[in-house]
Amino acid sequence: MRQQVTSLEAHGFESPTTESAFSSTISSSSSASDRRLKALARHFVDSSPVMDSHSQNPNDTVSPSPTSSAFHADSVFAHLVRAPEDPILGVTVAYNKDPSPIKLNLGVGAYRTEEGKPLVLNVVRQAEQQLVNDRSRVKEYLPIVGLAEYNKLSAKLILGADRCISPLFYCLITHCMEYQDVRFKSPAIQENRVTTVQCLSGTGSLRVGGEFLARHYHQLTIYIPLPTWGNHPKIFTLAGLSVKTYRYYDPATRGLDFQGLLEDLSSAPSGAIVLLHACAHNPTGVDPTIQQWEQIRQLMRSKALLPFFDSAYQGFASGSLDADAQPVRMFVADGGECLVAQSYAKNMGLYGERVGALSIVCKSADVASRVESQLKLVIRPMYSSPPIHGASIVATILKDRNLYTEWTIELKAMADRIISMRQQLFDALRARGTPGDWSHIIKQIGMFTFTGLNSEQVAFMTREYHIYMTSDGRISMAGLSSRTVPHLADAIHAAVTSFA
Amino acid sequence: MAFRAVISRRVTNRSSDIGARWMSTWWGNVEPAAKDPILGVTEAFLADPSPSKVNVGVGAYRDDNGKPVVLECVREAERRIAGHSNMEYLPMGGSVKMVEETLKLAYGENSEFIKDKRIAAVQSLSGTGACRLFADFQKRFRPDSQIYIPVPTWANHHNIWRDAQVPQRTFHYYHPETRGLDFASLMDDIKNAPNGSFFLLHACAHNPTGVDPTEEQWGEMSYQFKAKGHFAFFDMAYQGFASGDPERDAKSIRIFLEDGHLIGIAQSYAKNMGLYGQRVGCLSVLCEDEKQAVSVKSQLQQLARPMYSNPPLHGALIVSTILGDPELKNLWLKEVKIGMFCYSGLTPEQVDRLTSEFHIYLTRNGRISMAGVTTGNVGYLANAINKVSKSA
Repeated sequence: MRQQVTSLEAHGFESPTTESAFSSTISSSSSASDRRLKALARHFVDSSPVMDSHSQNPNDTVSPSPTSSAFHADSVFAHLVRAPEDPILGVTVAYNKDPSPIKLNLGVGAYRTEEGKPLVLNVVRQAEQQLVNDRSRVKEYLPIVGLAEYNKLSAKLILGADRCISPLFYCLITHCMEYQDVRFKSPAIQENRVTTVQCLSGTGSLRVGGEFLARHYHQLTIYIPLPTWGNHPKIFTLAGLSVKTYRYYDPATRGLDFQGLLEDLSSAPSGAIVLLHACAHNPTGVDPTIQQWEQIRQLMRSKALLPFFDSAYQGFASGSLDADAQPVRMFVADGGECLVAQSYAKNMGLYGERVGALSIVCKSADVASRVESQLKLVIRPMYSSPPIHGASIVATILKDRNLYTEWTIELKAMADRIISMRQQLFDALRARGTPGDWSHIIKQIGMFTFTGLNSEQVAFMTREYHIYMTSDGRISMAGLSSRTVPHLADAIHAAVTSFA
Repeated sequence: MAFRAVISRRVTNRSSDIGARWMSTWWGNVEPAAKDPILGVTEAFLADPSPSKVNVGVGAYRDDNGKPVVLECVREAERRIAGHSNMEYLPMGGSVKMVEETLKLAYGENSEFIKDKRIAAVQSLSGTGACRLFADFQKRFRPDSQIYIPVPTWANHHNIWRDAQVPQRTFHYYHPETRGLDFASLMDDIKNAPNGSFFLLHACAHNPTGVDPTEEQWGEMSYQFKAKGHFAFFDMAYQGFASGDPERDAKSIRIFLEDGHLIGIAQSYAKNMGLYGQRVGCLSVLCEDEKQAVSVKSQLQQLARPMYSNPPLHGALIVSTILGDPELKNLWLKEVKIGMFCYSGLTPEQVDRLTSEFHIYLTRNGRISMAGVTTGNVGYLANAINKVSKSA
């Protein structure tokens, strides 16, 4: 039965090369061998004598192969190379490895207290307790679009009251308004023209929105500002869109290149998608003024450019939820369509729970309903339905008058602390006579400062001062405290004077 | 109030004044999507006002009163977690502790592969997320490959690999005549597939049929996979939930591991810990060595980052709290119950009659979730099935 032996060898049954390897594997895998033997034996018409002299089971018709990974000579993924660390999250990885007691993590935009500790908001703790104590709560699948109550409340949070009224009336109304239970709602919401789906924080909302556009929109190009959050290009590329940039940051002024922005959007093809940071631009902290936003809006509507807002810092930028939502509301107030990605990572401190929402403002309720049905088809094959915990916390807070009010106070305190850090860093650099104009530190808005330091200077600061930040010179102000500002100021001073 | 009405009128007037170019919607061509064949069942069930309605659609566990069950070990874990941890971002690959415990369940408590650090593993968004990440990974690094999917299978499997743009083929699995495994055709399909094909296998409690290969049959499949150099990707959504014994439910995987295959596994805690809405799972890929595992893991993270950045924390904390505490882990093992699907063989038309005449909700392929059957409704259900199949 030579034929059978040949075919066995072809199937990878080898003689063991070392006695010890064979005996160790044989004893631990005898059941596996037996099983295979039985299975194989059935395939042979008559039993044949053992062909392999190394076999330890002379009664078997075939010789066993030692069970070892030598069978699979090559993994089907053997050609992979190791991917580089994510430039932003990699900063924390490097920071964690550093044993220095004076190390400072100014990489990821996660809020820290004066003591340098992560913060869980009081309202979040209260909401958590409520949820834990409620025995009737279950952990069932959410619908594909997420928690309905949460979606409604999120839409109201960002779209809120319409802006097209005089500032005097607006002030009167916001004083009369009862927190979120506003009879004065955005018309877009009142007319059911908004579809809102719960997503995995800002990233997930952007990705789902991008995939939806890639499938259903007629112009598959998205314009993103230069610079922007490092993850934006990857998100939209993987979603199936072609990514282009528009001028945004002016290194010379460390402010907005408004002329360049208008020129680039003017020359974009009609219908192109435009990514807009709703407030507290990441990484630069440079935002358009309200007047500039109005110009942007008019230009975009005249060219039928589709706005896609990334709102990751509502309430965190100025301390006011409504003020930070103004650019979005302006676009919605003119009756046009847009997309908005929201995140509760920073403004509710829910980072790891991945809570966000994608809203698409449409022309009609019918369209919004059809859009929602198609969003589900994007979500289902990605992760079926979103995680329940974080959204439950948010809904608990937003729908309760007292918790909501308490939240706005805690949020303002976080924003105020960051503003105070800006002032302290600015003062410290001035006190050291550090060369250059550092006023951008106090002009920029939100969690980040685009210092203007180059990658050489950044590397120096990491090496010599154990300061961890992204190589584009972005620092997270939230990672600073009164205690650590002097250390950072020393580092910047040294970097700037060592490398002109 | 009067002045508010004035305001809103003023707003509407103003918006209609502003240019007409963007007055038309961008989405006029968007067709309404078909309802999800599984989750849409529950939607319809919820909307039904009938007092005798029954939901045997979705595979979510119910107690005998039809109420969703939260395991005691989960409640205890939540009590311990609440107020005690911060909510910082997990790494892109998720909770290391949760992943470690999860790998032990699939690969074995003392698995040499874990010791040798040969497994690239990341926390995923339950089973769906694990399958999707793997499909995206397969597309990126084996772009010429395709996936063989059993017939029938969980409907969303097709969506997942389609959205990942991996071409699909099917292989025989269920034998309608015998209501069992069509093993001969299955083996033929394995043999006839081009060498090095990727196969999706249900590790246990095949969804929707509930029909699993025997250990011997798994052994033969493993042998044939070796002969053909195929890649085995296991979707294990019911470990512990199928037989009540997690070790036993992982047998198919252990057979392939013993035989030297380098496999991939999608694991989910949706059913076996009742953590459905938390979206907790794990994707693992067994590699040749530690270096390769590091590379593969880094590439998996590159796919997760532009999808959701990092996975959700809460569910992972529950899992690692339970599995990391011997007392809680034992409690979990006790609480894990059997949930089964039964492929009734009813036609779609018969299913429609079950729904319209008897208010019984199930997927149109006739799949019945036994977890939805209670002592209170089993008689009603049996009677209804009897009536609709008689007049077939």
